[in-house]
Amino acid sequence: MREELITSSRMNPHIDPVLHIWEWQIPLYLFLGGLAAGLLFFAAYYTISGKTEKYRTAVKIAPIIAPIAIILGLMALLLDLKHPAYFWQLYTTIRLESPMSWGAWTLGAVAPLSIVWVVVNLKEIFPAFGCKVPFIKRLLIMVIKEADNGDVKWDWKWEFLQKFEKFVIKQRVPMAWAMIVLALILGVYTGILLSAFNARPLWNTSILGPLFLTSGLSTAAATIMWLSKDHHERTIFSKIDLMLITIELFLISHLIMGMLAGSEVQIQAVELLIGGEFTVAFWTNVIVLGLVVPAILEILELFKFKVPVAVPAFLILWGGLMFRFIMTDAGQVTRYLY
Amino acid sequence: MRYGMAIDTKKCVGCADCVVACQTENSVPHGYARDWIAETVSGRYPYLELEIRSERCNHCDNTPCVRTCPTGASHVIEGGIVIVTPEECIGCGACIESCPYDARFTHPDGYATKCTFCDHRVKNGQDPACVSVCPTHCMYFGDLDDPNSEVAKIVARRKWKVLAPEAGTQPQIYYLV
Repeated sequence: MREELITSSRMNPHIDPVLHIWEWQIPLYLFLGGLAAGLLFFAAYYTISGKTEKYRTAVKIAPIIAPIAIILGLMALLLDLKHPAYFWQLYTTIRLESPMSWGAWTLGAVAPLSIVWVVVNLKEIFPAFGCKVPFIKRLLIMVIKEADNGDVKWDWKWEFLQKFEKFVIKQRVPMAWAMIVLALILGVYTGILLSAFNARPLWNTSILGPLFLTSGLSTAAATIMWLSKDHHERTIFSKIDLMLITIELFLISHLIMGMLAGSEVQIQAVELLIGGEFTVAFWTNVIVLGLVVPAILEILELFKFKVPVAVPAFLILWGGLMFRFIMTDAGQVTRYLY
Repeated sequence: MRYGMAIDTKKCVGCADCVVACQTENSVPHGYARDWIAETVSGRYPYLELEIRSERCNHCDNTPCVRTCPTGASHVIEGGIVIVTPEECIGCGACIESCPYDARFTHPDGYATKCTFCDHRVKNGQDPACVSVCPTHCMYFGDLDDPNSEVAKIVARRKWKVLAPEAGTQPQIYYLV
């Protein structure tokens, strides 16, 4: 027998009895960051390969979600900080050793880039539209023009914005190159953020980076599939998603195998997912509902069965979200001592 | 210079005087602790063995908390003491996640904090509060690089262990066994 106890009643909030310094904010951000990274990746990829019209949803419509997801994710990150008013300290230094530091800098670059990307496409998607909410209309016509019939017309009020827009439209391809690199860094970063902590054995595996990137790309493909009204585009993204799900299942099995072949603390850590506390949550939400069921539905669709696209798409997004929550929670249970 | 500590598990009785001394000396907020007493009971009755340890930040040589800090608030000062600058800390929790000893916590004022080896006392040539109050004199503090210091001598002479060496942090608190 061997029993370890802390007898001086250490009960530091958020540390004891089980570490839970990161609550819902971090996993939510990891999900939103991965989703945004995936959306920007596909938009950039099809721009570089010159298929902007063929994959209109991926290049022009779905990316609208990216800045929204990034901003919501940043808000979640801000809520996670215990000293939120000091967040700017992140941008007074570059610490290459700290994944959180270069993650912050990547986000700082990706957020404005994604907004620019969306805004230059808005004119094309919504040249003019009726706006029923007077407050929003008043906000909009502060920057864009009002048409004669009372609609809002997507035309900038100021000349310098019009010039900037023209310049950006010309630079689409170089912008896409920057975006594809940043999107990949952002996607990998959501995994590296966790895997850099060797004190939490469940996270401490280098496979987490590629795994979270794949999962992020998969949630993005599902979103594009869901939004697309074009049959061809939908089929392509359904196939891409099927491939990504396969890779993800492969990476998850490698995660489990690698941990089982690891040190004692890693074996104990992965047992949380294959017999321990998080087994039911992990297998139902992530593996079955989040990966296997949507994969089956997508295969059925390829064989011309009628499957409402919302079902597999929603399940993939759900699985992605749950995967982040379970990994964040379970990781904090795993430790070296006591 | 490398500050370190040796704690004699054969002498420690687990009175928690070090815990109270630290809380008083450093105005640790109510309900928090920078050091604590851990007990390990091993064997099977009636052949039981009890080991008592006073634990705290290990002021590691390879510091994951400093590595993961995104702002540089966590840093190493002279003598290898790891401390946090509250004004630079954003309270992100990265250092807390990265510590295999769970030695850190978030101060109610919003920054990460932990044992400082009482650097304000050490600067003046005094021992840390926990060491100075220990009624059984089971703790030794000093410069491990100086072969004539008490701590270096006892670490050289006695058999010791460190906590979770497999975490790769190279902790600098030696438990004499």
